[in-house]
Amino acid sequence: MASAIPQSLTSRRTAAPPARRATQDPAWVRWVLTGIALVFLGFFLVLPLAAVFAEALRRGVGAYFAAFVDADAWSAIKLTLLVAAIAVPCNLVFGVAAAWCVAKFKFPGKSLLITLIDLPFAVSPVISGLLYVLVFGLQGWLGPWLQEHDLKVIFAVPGIVLATVFVTFPFVARELIPLMQSQGTDEEHAALTLGANGWQTFWRVTLPNIKWGLFYGIILCNARAMGEFGAVSVVSGHIRGETNTMPLHVEILHNEFNSVAAFAVASLLALLALVTLVLKSMIEWRHARSLQGGT
Amino acid sequence: MKRIQFLLALTVTLILAGFAQAKDIELLNVSYDPTREFYAEFNAAFARHWKTTHGDTVQIKQSHGGSGRQARSVIDGLAADIVTLALAGDIDAIHDNAKLIPKDWQKRLPLNSSPYTSTIVFLVRKGNPLKIKDWDDLVKPGVSIITPNPKTSGGARWNYLAAWEFARRKYGSDGAAKEFVQKVYRNVPVLDSGARGSTTTFVQRAIGDVFLSWENEAFLAVKEFGAGSFEIVVPSLSILAEPPVTVVDKVVKKKGTEAIARAYLEYLYSEEGQDLAGKHFYRPTSPAAAAKYGPQFVKVELFTIEQAFGGWARAQVEHFADGATFDQIYLKQ
Repeated sequence: MASAIPQSLTSRRTAAPPARRATQDPAWVRWVLTGIALVFLGFFLVLPLAAVFAEALRRGVGAYFAAFVDADAWSAIKLTLLVAAIAVPCNLVFGVAAAWCVAKFKFPGKSLLITLIDLPFAVSPVISGLLYVLVFGLQGWLGPWLQEHDLKVIFAVPGIVLATVFVTFPFVARELIPLMQSQGTDEEHAALTLGANGWQTFWRVTLPNIKWGLFYGIILCNARAMGEFGAVSVVSGHIRGETNTMPLHVEILHNEFNSVAAFAVASLLALLALVTLVLKSMIEWRHARSLQGGT
Repeated sequence: MKRIQFLLALTVTLILAGFAQAKDIELLNVSYDPTREFYAEFNAAFARHWKTTHGDTVQIKQSHGGSGRQARSVIDGLAADIVTLALAGDIDAIHDNAKLIPKDWQKRLPLNSSPYTSTIVFLVRKGNPLKIKDWDDLVKPGVSIITPNPKTSGGARWNYLAAWEFARRKYGSDGAAKEFVQKVYRNVPVLDSGARGSTTTFVQRAIGDVFLSWENEAFLAVKEFGAGSFEIVVPSLSILAEPPVTVVDKVVKKKGTEAIARAYLEYLYSEEGQDLAGKHFYRPTSPAAAAKYGPQFVKVELFTIEQAFGGWARAQVEHFADGATFDQIYLKQ
């Protein structure tokens, strides 16, 4: 009896046309949806990206590289790298510290801290730039004092660094908080009971656990630090060869009808984005593998 | 840990290297949008001149943007040795808000401190399909006008006042002029923050039928994109735009660059400076350069802001301050 039922089922399946599984849509739906997604990607991602490189290489490779030999372009590239080299480590330290506090401890004002971490995401970059002008500008709170002591903050490199740090503030912390919360505090407790001190616990237990999430956060943070336009534009003063970062330099070149050079510098930023994406997928892949290895 | 120390050392070195570079004489010229090409060439000429006469190497840095916005940056502490803005009102603002220059700054150099002048013309697309000849044609329904925002752009304020004065002369009253200018701005789809932004809107993004432009900017657009794509239309009446220049006293005194900054501005009045101005489609003021470059400009009846509006201080209060005529006509729309 018990074996008769499956038998009849299988015989029926071979006789009738193959029935559709509940989790599978008809072929035309799948094709249309995939098609729409591909067309969308093509128009809004691949096409602009291709256009950037096509425009940049329109007058040949020589003109393309000439754009980088220009002293102003070179200084913009150096400034962008310098700003990222300062902003990313700052936010790395801050992000780990903040995520550690939020995920591993209970304390009053915790939700306030989380809100503060999110603030730079919520505020328009232009506003964050203006905040610094209001504080450090000549007419601002600290302006006259800075002037007296010959210190330059806005319209100079420190202001650009500050604005970038502010805008890229949440990336590392936001990446780590959910990860650390999901991991809980059991392993740290175990380490502590086994006699490790706080520092050892952090280096040997916490940090290895969050390694991949941390890399991911750093990559996002770096991409934004190099690409930030709005906040930096407000505090830069646009002095050529001095306070122009790459995105600002692209705007200047475009406004000077020098579109080959503008797109050449833009292509450098685009390459950075591509490298970021590749690194990101690699890290996601490694992370997924390390998770599988763990379970 | 070693690696962290290394990175720290690297960062500090980079920062120090950045400071150490600033040893030569360095001037910062904060200017408005359409002067980029002119000053790029003039700076090189002045650097050569200074090298041969004084032996020092001078490097002039440039910053460009909408005139009002640039003035705002200087007020907020952008350390400009020299400002070369689109109109006296913006330089007045540097006195009014930050006291970086004396009130009578405009009397310190000849010709109201304006070494070159310009005016406002129309740039239209090839063949002038909408037959735009004069200011009247701008208010016709369906004409799309490109002009920057008078709040942030100097050129836009000259545009605004030129349209106003045209209507006042034609229709006889300030009330009629206000109505006319309101109709003009009703036809404006995009207000960019500076003249160069408007040029790219009109030329590269191909928005609008007519672009109210600095004369030099219009010439530049025609030169860059070929005479085949655009035509310059000169209206029956326009404004004599006097973009003034000044040394920023507090900054140069602090930096010790007063003498060279003054020499820089005086060089604008020299034959070489005037010749470069003419070459970049500004109207030179020296007789020789004016004679050489005169033929490229169309004769047009020009009025000055003193004649028509009693100077920038008054025009600013009456037309561009918060709640003044521009706000009234633009916010009402």
